[in-house]
Amino acid sequence: MKMPKIITKNLNLWYGKFHALKDVNACFEDKRITAIIGPSGCGKSTLLRVFNRMNDLIEGVKMKGEVLISGANMLAKEADLVNLRKKVGMVFQRPNPFPLSIYENIVFGEKIHAEKIKKSRLEEIVEKSLDSVLLWNELKDRLNKSALSLSLEQRQRLCIARLIAVKPDILLMDEPCSALDPQSTQRIEELMRELKKNYTIIIVTHNMQQAARVSDDAGFMLLGELIEFGRTDGIFTTPQDKRTEDYITGRYG
Amino acid sequence: MRKFKEFIIEKLILFSGLASIFFVVLIFLFLLKEGLAVFKTVGFFDFLLGKKWYPISEPARLGILPLILGSLLVTLGAALISIPIGVGCAVYIAEVAPLKIKEILKAGIELLAAIPSVVLGFIGMVTLVPWVKHMFKIPTGLTALSGSIMLAFMAMPTIVSIAEDALYSVPKAYKEGALALGATHWQAIYRVIVPAASPGIMAAVMLGLGRVIGETMAVMMITGNAAVIPRSILEPVRTLTATIAAEMGEAVVGSEHYFALFAVGIVLFVISFAINVGADLFLHKENK
Repeated sequence: MKMPKIITKNLNLWYGKFHALKDVNACFEDKRITAIIGPSGCGKSTLLRVFNRMNDLIEGVKMKGEVLISGANMLAKEADLVNLRKKVGMVFQRPNPFPLSIYENIVFGEKIHAEKIKKSRLEEIVEKSLDSVLLWNELKDRLNKSALSLSLEQRQRLCIARLIAVKPDILLMDEPCSALDPQSTQRIEELMRELKKNYTIIIVTHNMQQAARVSDDAGFMLLGELIEFGRTDGIFTTPQDKRTEDYITGRYG
Repeated sequence: MRKFKEFIIEKLILFSGLASIFFVVLIFLFLLKEGLAVFKTVGFFDFLLGKKWYPISEPARLGILPLILGSLLVTLGAALISIPIGVGCAVYIAEVAPLKIKEILKAGIELLAAIPSVVLGFIGMVTLVPWVKHMFKIPTGLTALSGSIMLAFMAMPTIVSIAEDALYSVPKAYKEGALALGATHWQAIYRVIVPAASPGIMAAVMLGLGRVIGETMAVMMITGNAAVIPRSILEPVRTLTATIAAEMGEAVVGSEHYFALFAVGIVLFVISFAINVGADLFLHKENK
């Protein structure tokens, strides 16, 4: 059996006095897509943002427990956030390319991390990254155009390409398709299936069909608790917990 | 009855709106009428590029190049001081400072903006001028440099508050995106946030400089008012504004000198107008 990529042990998180994550225990396996589902406000985005410590930007956040990523505890005081975020990339709900050129967006990561920057290397990175999100042929002639001139779907792909350029192991996706139309959503999902060959992907979505379509594993969250976690087939066909079943069959949410 | 009330109020508002435009046009026409009269006796380029300003000698020499250079030198000096400090301060307030320090700083900046220019000029005269004289071992501290430093203080509130607004309105998603890629806070600031806010920051700089170039009282008090072409920033200069303020009271109405001062006013108006239009273009670019 493969070693899980991310393990959480008794993970608790508070925003001030609000207890947002309660004793979350889960294992996320390598080279698979894991979906986290649940109604709004259940803590699924919060859980995702623990994995790259984006919650740290919010004032008054307190975390307890352990998050082991490739074996190292990321909640430890000495955890290196810059390296963590290099290894664990995040795609946001609204595509957020920087207001720079397409080229500059992709080489951003290399420019902030590399000691020496070679132009030929940057060009290689741009081609490879855009190619892996199937944008290279579309955009190769307009790399110097502003990234804000792209369509929403292209922007989201560009954001994924920008991540891939930093060579992460894990891709966190926070409702990556909620701003997109159904066709674009379908194409991004195809891209995710392609990407899982090389990356561990965790996606947060409140679109249950999407979770069922793309994920291998799934977790259901409610009010800060991870109610059920397992193979997607199992969760959707034979949920063990009554609450999971109620949510999946649409009784609330 | 209600309709009548509406009608009256509507017309009153319309009148207020038109009044402001009407007065601007009147001022502009008056300025043009009085100012252009000087070109009956002095050539256009002799006036703009003439190196000597002796308005009451016989015959009068009316070249305003020393005044233009004086204004530009003081403004340039003020820009070199106020832009880095002002933008740096804005970045600190918008991105780095903890909430409490942020509030204190913002209040301080507003207070700085509230100090009347004559008071700043007065303080400059008794503190800054002797200091400059002592520091550089020059015969007088009434120099372009003193004016630049003092004016930098006056430009700072404008630059800081507008640049801070521009930085603050950069979508948080940009910052999150940069940090999520492993950027440090500083890298996120100078690679993403500042470039994204740059149109607003440029506008802030332009508006700050607009204030500097139009400022009269403080520069008149501390720049020495010698209408000669400055060779260094450690010499006394005279600005366009100070010239008008100092000489208008003495000029005989209808004389060449009087018309020349109005023409100086036109030059000043053109410069300020250009700066404001520039600032507007930058702000507009941001909205697109």
